[in-house]
Amino acid sequence: MENVNNLKEAKTMSLPSPSPSSSADSAPVPGPIRRPDYIQVRKFCFNYTPDVRVLHHITMDIPENEVTAFIGPSGCGKTTLLRNFNRMNDLIDGISHEGLITVDGQDIFDPNLEVISLRKRIGMVFQKSNPFPKSIYENVVYSLRIAGQRDKGILDEVVERSLRGAALWEEVKDRLQQSALGLSGGQMQRLCIARAIANQPHILLMDEPCSALDPIATAKIEELIGELKEQFTVVIVTHNMQQAARVSDRTAYFYLGKLIEMDATKKIFSNPTKKETEDYISGRFG
Amino acid sequence: MVWFSGMWLAIGLLMIVTLLFVIVRNGLSLFWPSQVVQIELVEGSSAAIQGASTLAGEVRKRQDKRVLDAEGEVIPELQLFVGNRDAYGFGFRYVDQSDIAGQTYPNEIIVAERVEYGDLIGYPVALKVDGEVITADAPGFRERLKALVAESNRRRHEIEEIEKKKIGAINQEMQKLKLSLRKAELSGLPVDDLRHSIDARTATLQADYETLAKEASTLRAAQKTDLLVCRLATGAEREIPLGDLIHFYHPNELSYPGRVAHFFGGVWSFLSEDPREANTEGGVFPAIFGTFVMTLLMSMVVVPFGVVAAIYLREYSKQGPLVRAVRIAVNNLAGVPSIVFGVFGLGFFVYLVGGSIDSLFYPERLPTPTFGTGGIIWAALTLALMTVPVVIVSTEEALAAVSRGAREASLASGASKWQTIRHIVLPASVPGIITGLVLSMARGAGEVAPLMLVGVVKLAPTLPIDGEFPFVHLERKFMHLGFHIYDLGFQSPDSEAAKPMVFATTLLLIALVVVLNAAAIILRERLRRKYASSAF
Repeated sequence: MENVNNLKEAKTMSLPSPSPSSSADSAPVPGPIRRPDYIQVRKFCFNYTPDVRVLHHITMDIPENEVTAFIGPSGCGKTTLLRNFNRMNDLIDGISHEGLITVDGQDIFDPNLEVISLRKRIGMVFQKSNPFPKSIYENVVYSLRIAGQRDKGILDEVVERSLRGAALWEEVKDRLQQSALGLSGGQMQRLCIARAIANQPHILLMDEPCSALDPIATAKIEELIGELKEQFTVVIVTHNMQQAARVSDRTAYFYLGKLIEMDATKKIFSNPTKKETEDYISGRFG
Repeated sequence: MVWFSGMWLAIGLLMIVTLLFVIVRNGLSLFWPSQVVQIELVEGSSAAIQGASTLAGEVRKRQDKRVLDAEGEVIPELQLFVGNRDAYGFGFRYVDQSDIAGQTYPNEIIVAERVEYGDLIGYPVALKVDGEVITADAPGFRERLKALVAESNRRRHEIEEIEKKKIGAINQEMQKLKLSLRKAELSGLPVDDLRHSIDARTATLQADYETLAKEASTLRAAQKTDLLVCRLATGAEREIPLGDLIHFYHPNELSYPGRVAHFFGGVWSFLSEDPREANTEGGVFPAIFGTFVMTLLMSMVVVPFGVVAAIYLREYSKQGPLVRAVRIAVNNLAGVPSIVFGVFGLGFFVYLVGGSIDSLFYPERLPTPTFGTGGIIWAALTLALMTVPVVIVSTEEALAAVSRGAREASLASGASKWQTIRHIVLPASVPGIITGLVLSMARGAGEVAPLMLVGVVKLAPTLPIDGEFPFVHLERKFMHLGFHIYDLGFQSPDSEAAKPMVFATTLLLIALVVVLNAAAIILRERLRRKYASSAF
């Protein structure tokens, strides 16, 4: 019974929320921006090896509960920056950085900070959907399981909430125990989103989440992103400028490891300050 | 190039198929009853046994013999298994084709398996039971003989039961009492009370033993009282105690279904019975069991060992020249001659580790070693050491094949490195690990040389797992099919007679390896379906 009520609530709640495209068109963004500098990047430089510097003195603020898009040509460093937010680059040998990144006021490179607790607060969705070879259910509750959660009631609740949040519940609710590898590409990517939000993170990082999907699946995920920002601060890397224009509130344009311009999406796409940005957006280059 | 490479593959396959064919054919011929031919020899033939001009036996081989003084000339000859080693002193006779004057296949001739001296081949003449003589032409003779053989078999089992189980248990208890006394003495406490109680118990046991021994000797005597009178093909008559016969049949009267039944009966007794007569007769059950248990023990050691080492090498260690050197060293370890591992196992496991265990835990038994001598646990450990590179290499490959995406997804969900390995990487690598296990089992089960140093024996009186507490006896010596082949073929007194046994044992060893591998492969396919890698 409770579930049914929840479902109704969820529907009524999601109905009045504006569609992503309209939110991009109508500035200022509805709803309060809670903190304009939720993620702060200050003079951040990043090297893969001492000789190869891929990010040069990036300084930016990412506001809470907004969708921020990173655009730019391939190899401009936008994914590298994204992967620094949850320190996924730690896996690579020989990296080094300068400058500062703080999340919610906390330095993420603080040696006293446990990287695992950081990653628990930041969900991530990858370019290639990468569900585990487990059941749909186990995929969603993975982060809770490894945190030691055993209570079946809580896990069931999380599965339903996360799958609803990822707009996948209706499609898979009857086959939660089947392998996740039997899903379609778009469903898999939404499952990965459900997995990323299962542990109630504050931030959701998305690294070109739609690049391997067809237009219909892409449209579903874009719609989903608009809903997700109600709860999460979303940072999305995309190659597709139309996508950035449709889903994001703010857009940052990167070129050769430098942040060229960052502003409200509407402004970037209608009246960019810098010439390089205009060239890129109008398709004269890139 | 297609034809060329295909040809080499075909040659390889042909060699393997031929090898298998030879083994299967020769191995199975052991169980298939062949007819017994009675041959009349021409006057003055060198093949005559004890001057008699007739002989009977199973034709085992037909071949051409080169004549020494005439260059290039060959004579066809037969190899005849004539049996009756007690009467003739040998089991085989070569007969030149030219020496044969006539051949018959008499119906009345029997082949009887005995507990000693191999098969008897001859004509039953009479039975001497309780002073009564029943001649072979009397009605119901065969039925009577069959009943008597069955009875003697039953009696033999009874003797075995008494001597092995009951008397064995008494011996063991006496041994235990003696050891407990010695242990008490070593501890330095006063032991007089204990000694009295032990002496009393030993006396009762001794009395029990006397009764049982008497019972056994009565039964043994009964085995010798009834006699079967047999006429050999040479004409000599012999009296065989019925207690010596295990099984008899009329080879020339057997119908086809009868032969098939005899075949399967033979296969079954080969698989299920203990060996007799220096392993050249009877079954190989202890060797099958020993090989099986040792291979399982080896797998249980080699998998955790190899997998943990591979996880360190692939997941934790910093990839650099040192790790590369370690990896090369591990791979080369697989190429070390196995006898070297045997010597190492003897020196390290048996003498050092086993010797230390003995002096620490079993001082009362010294100087008789318990673990400080070859045993199934040391054999399993030695083989595990020998095959661990295979598991390490295949596990490393499997770990490397787990996609980066899955690892990153797990780490991004807040999992630690070990949690990622445990929940994501290892389950996905299980099929690869099992592949390594299959290869190591195939190598380990077929290995003989190192085992000879660390625990294999020609004849083990007890199995490594039995009903006696603590049920699994890791320190016991064991029999092994591979060693059994070597022993039968090259160490037995009559290697010609043992030849079919060698082939049958080889076939069995191959079959055992195939069964173990098939089990592992089925398991792998199940898991592979479960952990099928991502759709990308």
